[in-house]
Amino acid sequence: MNNNKLPAWINVLLLPLLNLALALAVSALVFIAVDVNPLDAAQLMIEGALGYQEGVGYTLYYATNFIFTGLAVAIAFSAGLFNIGGEGQAYIGGLGTGLVCLLLGPSMPFWIVFPVALLAGMAFGALWALIPAYLQAYRGSHVVITTIMFNFIAASLMVYLMVNVLKPEGEMSAVSAVFESNAHLPMMHDILGWFGIDFVRSPLNLSFFLALAALVLVWLLLWHTRWGYAIRALGSNPTAATYGGINPKRLTVIVMLISGALAGMLGMNEVMGYSQQIRLGFVSGYGFTGIAVALIGRGHPIGIFFASLLFGILFQGGNELSFEYANIEREMVEVVQSLVVLFSGALSLMLVKPVEKIYLALTASRANQANTQEA
Amino acid sequence: MFDTIILLLDATLRVATPLLLLALAGLFSERSGVVNIALEGKLLGSAFAAAATSYATGSVWMGLLAGMATGFALAMVHGFASITHRGDQIVSGTAINMLAAGLTVTLGRYWFEQGGQTPSLVGDQRFQAIDLPLAGMLQDVPLIGSLYSKLLSGHNLLVYLAFALVPVSWWILQRTRFGLRLRAVGENPHSVDTAGVSVTWLRYRALMIAGLLAGIAGAYLSTAHSAGFVPNMSAGKGFIALAALIFGKWRPVSVMFGCLLFGFLDALAVRLQGVEIPVIGEVPVQAIEVLPYVLTVLLLAGFIGKAIAPKAVGQPYVKSR
Repeated sequence: MNNNKLPAWINVLLLPLLNLALALAVSALVFIAVDVNPLDAAQLMIEGALGYQEGVGYTLYYATNFIFTGLAVAIAFSAGLFNIGGEGQAYIGGLGTGLVCLLLGPSMPFWIVFPVALLAGMAFGALWALIPAYLQAYRGSHVVITTIMFNFIAASLMVYLMVNVLKPEGEMSAVSAVFESNAHLPMMHDILGWFGIDFVRSPLNLSFFLALAALVLVWLLLWHTRWGYAIRALGSNPTAATYGGINPKRLTVIVMLISGALAGMLGMNEVMGYSQQIRLGFVSGYGFTGIAVALIGRGHPIGIFFASLLFGILFQGGNELSFEYANIEREMVEVVQSLVVLFSGALSLMLVKPVEKIYLALTASRANQANTQEA
Repeated sequence: MFDTIILLLDATLRVATPLLLLALAGLFSERSGVVNIALEGKLLGSAFAAAATSYATGSVWMGLLAGMATGFALAMVHGFASITHRGDQIVSGTAINMLAAGLTVTLGRYWFEQGGQTPSLVGDQRFQAIDLPLAGMLQDVPLIGSLYSKLLSGHNLLVYLAFALVPVSWWILQRTRFGLRLRAVGENPHSVDTAGVSVTWLRYRALMIAGLLAGIAGAYLSTAHSAGFVPNMSAGKGFIALAALIFGKWRPVSVMFGCLLFGFLDALAVRLQGVEIPVIGEVPVQAIEVLPYVLTVLLLAGFIGKAIAPKAVGQPYVKSR
């Protein structure tokens, strides 16, 4: 894909930013279409997302989700696999985390509940990726289709479990019991409070640090271990990788398990951190946003961090918009998100040729100038 | 009992219709080598366009036209990204699905101020049931009478259109030059290119057909099956259709049976809600709901038959190789 004649800074920085700018420009047209001044809206969104402490808290809380799901998509992608099932894996992963909180919460201290809940979330998420992974590796059925199917299976399974099993007697909406307090993740305002720093109440919690740790671990795994090398080799040239002694089937399953486990960690933020109970549909599209995040972040942890921040700002800013404008709701954010996926993902090659032309013309004229000066 | 079965099958036809139109849309695009996970988005987008236009103009035909135009436009976006610019077809499809989900509700809120719904459609703003000839007269004939007048008669035009399109699609794919080339381009685009036929133009035409068919499905959903647009009313139908397409192994007639099966399961799930069945007890609705997905996964895994996709599906065509 990157066999063009451009220097790295254009490929890594300029092109993604241009694509993003294009997506935002088209989004601005949609804002104009519904009678909202896009500049006013942008200002409102940025102020709402970054202008005050609670807004920042919400922004980072959303970003936490996107780091998990973005990494999940990215690591599968680096092995050439498109895991579109982050939504389902996160859902089932959150179920695992929630079940541990419900079962161990009443009897165990936090320092036991926490690691078990984390591991259960990762294990459940990984498990939900296992069957599609196995089928892709050993039976040749396409992982995209099977993970889509597993998203729907997860959704139905959760409806059944929530309504028939987990909902306490007398509860009207489809939610589980609220966890005991020793199965709550510490909130950021509490954590900062221990150090004497004042931070306003927000849903931001300890899992933000888990997300940062995940970023570092994935970076280490992909670029500083043999496994990571094998994964990237499989992604860039499966034939060569196989020839080089890598077992593509085994590796496919392993990568998908890691991917599912990362998606499954979303439950730490949403279930154990934010809602402190299992709620129907708590994933609410964060798995799909992970695709957008991975695409803009170019599959690199640093890129994913900034892309997650961007989407955190979009989501929190979107909330702010819906307070301010009667006819704007969260769906507007979805429009922006879809355009980002379109331009940064599907149309990512569109600008390569024109930019290459401009760059070559510029460097050629500079070289000419240098030549004439010398002569 | 007999009446219940007739009612169940009647509902099956109605639920299977949009699935069938969508699956045929997917059939054309995937046989040409373009993966179409954007069916869901095209369905939703065109359902909204059809309902909004039908409401604004008072004519369901204008609605149908708007639905088809929207399906077409979204298909062209898909084509522009994945054929012209060789973008990832899955990513492009995902973008279209998200775009439709967001844009329909956003525009709906702005235009109609009913939380994203369109106002209810009445009279000529909807497709009406058609009574087949002699349906009234044959009504009292045992068995055949009720089969004909209760099951086959009394649907709207689009239901008949959808089923009529099955043999038409078969004929186009298997008996025309265009169909032969279309299938070839999905299996081995290089051979088609070598023969001097444009891969790009063929795939674009396949996507055009797919867009129009998905547009009809959308119009059916909001102006025939329901009386207006409701946010996210596609509710996964695009993916069930995709499942039916795989289930039918990318062949029109088998795909139709796939759609009928999944439509039947859907109708059954509605029927069985809260009903106690002897021995088994109450079957959870969700268990029936997931069957299309589970069956498709089993099929893909090769446990029940084998589904082999068109060989070049999902790969952007690069001329110089």
